[in-house]
Amino acid sequence: MTFLSHLITGLSLGSIYAIIALGYTMVYGIAKMLNFAHGDVIMVGAYVCFFAVTGFALPPLVGILLAIILCTILGVVIERLAYKPLRQAASLTVLITAIGVSYFLQNGAQILWSASPKSFPTNFFNIGESKGITLFDGGLTISYVAIVTILLCLVIMAALTFFTGKTKMGKAMRACSENKAASQLMGINVNSTISMTFAIGSALAAVAGVLMCSAYPTLMPTTGALPGIKAFTAAVFGGIGSIPGAFIGGILLGLIETFTKAYITTNLSDAVVFAVLIIVLLVKPAGLLGKYVPEKV
Amino acid sequence: MKLKKILALTLALAMSASLCACGGGEEAPAPEAEGGDAAATLKIGGIGPLTGAVATYGVATQRGAQIAVDEINAMEDKAFAIEYDFQDDTGVAETAVSAYNTLKDWGVDVIYGTTTTGPCITIASETNADRIFQLTPSASSPDVTAGKDNVFQMCFTDPNQGVTAANYVKDTGLATKVGVIYNNGDAYSTGIAQGFIAQCASLGIEVVTEQTFPADTNTDFNVQLTACKDGGAELVFMPIYYTPASLVLTQADAMGYDPIFFGGDGMDGILNIEGFDTALAEGLLLLTPFNATSEDEMTANFVAKYQEAYGEVPNQFAADGYDCIYAIYNAVQQIDGALEMDQAALCDALIAVFTSADFSVDGLTGAGMTWQANGEVAKEALVVAVKDGAYAAQ
Repeated sequence: MTFLSHLITGLSLGSIYAIIALGYTMVYGIAKMLNFAHGDVIMVGAYVCFFAVTGFALPPLVGILLAIILCTILGVVIERLAYKPLRQAASLTVLITAIGVSYFLQNGAQILWSASPKSFPTNFFNIGESKGITLFDGGLTISYVAIVTILLCLVIMAALTFFTGKTKMGKAMRACSENKAASQLMGINVNSTISMTFAIGSALAAVAGVLMCSAYPTLMPTTGALPGIKAFTAAVFGGIGSIPGAFIGGILLGLIETFTKAYITTNLSDAVVFAVLIIVLLVKPAGLLGKYVPEKV
Repeated sequence: MKLKKILALTLALAMSASLCACGGGEEAPAPEAEGGDAAATLKIGGIGPLTGAVATYGVATQRGAQIAVDEINAMEDKAFAIEYDFQDDTGVAETAVSAYNTLKDWGVDVIYGTTTTGPCITIASETNADRIFQLTPSASSPDVTAGKDNVFQMCFTDPNQGVTAANYVKDTGLATKVGVIYNNGDAYSTGIAQGFIAQCASLGIEVVTEQTFPADTNTDFNVQLTACKDGGAELVFMPIYYTPASLVLTQADAMGYDPIFFGGDGMDGILNIEGFDTALAEGLLLLTPFNATSEDEMTANFVAKYQEAYGEVPNQFAADGYDCIYAIYNAVQQIDGALEMDQAALCDALIAVFTSADFSVDGLTGAGMTWQANGEVAKEALVVAVKDGAYAAQ
């Protein structure tokens, strides 16, 4: 029973990592850059939804849609202002810019919304008064948030796989990812393709923000930072650039973290997570599902 | 950034202006003249974070003390007037040292502060070497006073708080099996938890599980709560700050676990989180020396003044600050010719008063407070419970 409840906790934590990791991996796979500001876009999404629902008394669904719209705009604007001018620059330059954007968003949020924590509403996914399914006479409770997160994660993964594999835009994205110059020669608009990638990534971030804060309702300007890093780890774990990899990486990370806390020690959970990551990368340098592309010399 | 520059510039200007004033300023009348018949004044210098991550606490201690200073200075029959200066240390030890030096240049008689433990340990060594009396409102670690005869505390020490909590659980028969959740990356939380666990052992309360988490940024407490639930804990003691505590309460509710939750004074503030469903905190017990909703005349008076001046309900940090100023005021009155003494002589005289058996202070945070030679305060802890979204004394 205890094992089952830890399993559920791990799965729901993991699915939140996975949904964030999908955004990371999407942007990395196409634009070949690590968007470290992704975690902070999550935070912005959660704040937008928080104020829409508690401040303006809008229904949750409208709040979520509003968060998605504003985050999409934010993502595209960030890309235009901060990353596009650096398209030809070294990847390290872009990486550091991304860290700068991350700090900008955190401190901007602190000015706008103050550093004091807000408590995110947790009733979005309730059915009536009930917060979850109770099994075995109260021995095990599975919250609806966890179920929604896991299901949504699967749906998003399937949709993204279909989108990048079958649609015209998705093919253009994959082409850009292989070779920007060549795809431009083939008549693909590289700039708008990359903007599209950021739009999708940021929309996912908004969804992740709402789900994360529904499950763990403390909302602060730094809320997105740590989960962002964990999700990045998950993306690398699963093979960065691979969409199913991000899902598997996220779920595994959540499970390892929870089981370490439960059966080894609460103090070392992060250390164990990263130790596993190192071992995986030693054995499979491209991550679990990543494609290893040798440099041709 | 630009704002910071302008601020820095303004401050620099203000500083040079005040320096000029000093240079030319023998004729400048000292502020004590406005004190009327009371000729001499006592200079109290406060230190605490007014900006930065822990600014909430520093601002509260500064404001609470300000109210006491204003009250004393407004008295008709005051023994002496108080000059009060509060310097920002941003919660950082290095900054606290420069704040302290500023106050020393100003000619401070008594140091009030610092608010947080880390900087306080540093400043305590400084005042101990310089022989300046120091009273902290809220730095609660025993390390603050250890080996320093001139440093006294207005708040409980951390282990003491744990011991008091365990005694309360025993005396009221709340539970025989308890679980503990604490932040082992934080000295405050660990100190209280260890005091509690040790006292439980000697009282025969069974601690079924000790669960930790590494930092206040931790968000998932399901594992820790499951351990408490499976261990059959009827009461969960969590001496942690209110931000993670709000998550613990939410997650316990989601998993249908409903023990008695019991927190330390860091829990104070949980009802003020924007958007927090206070129904989740219903029945939560917390140990605090101060209850702003108390109908006690002194408290009501303080709360009214504070609300009028600052537009918010004071917390225990503000009350500790208020009590500190009155403790210093009362103690200095008992010393003959205190205001003519130099800092070192005043320091020794104040140590003698504070540690003497017949010196006690009735304040907002306790009646008949006395101090031990090691600087710890002896006072009754107040256990309050959350009832209908507000504190109610137990």
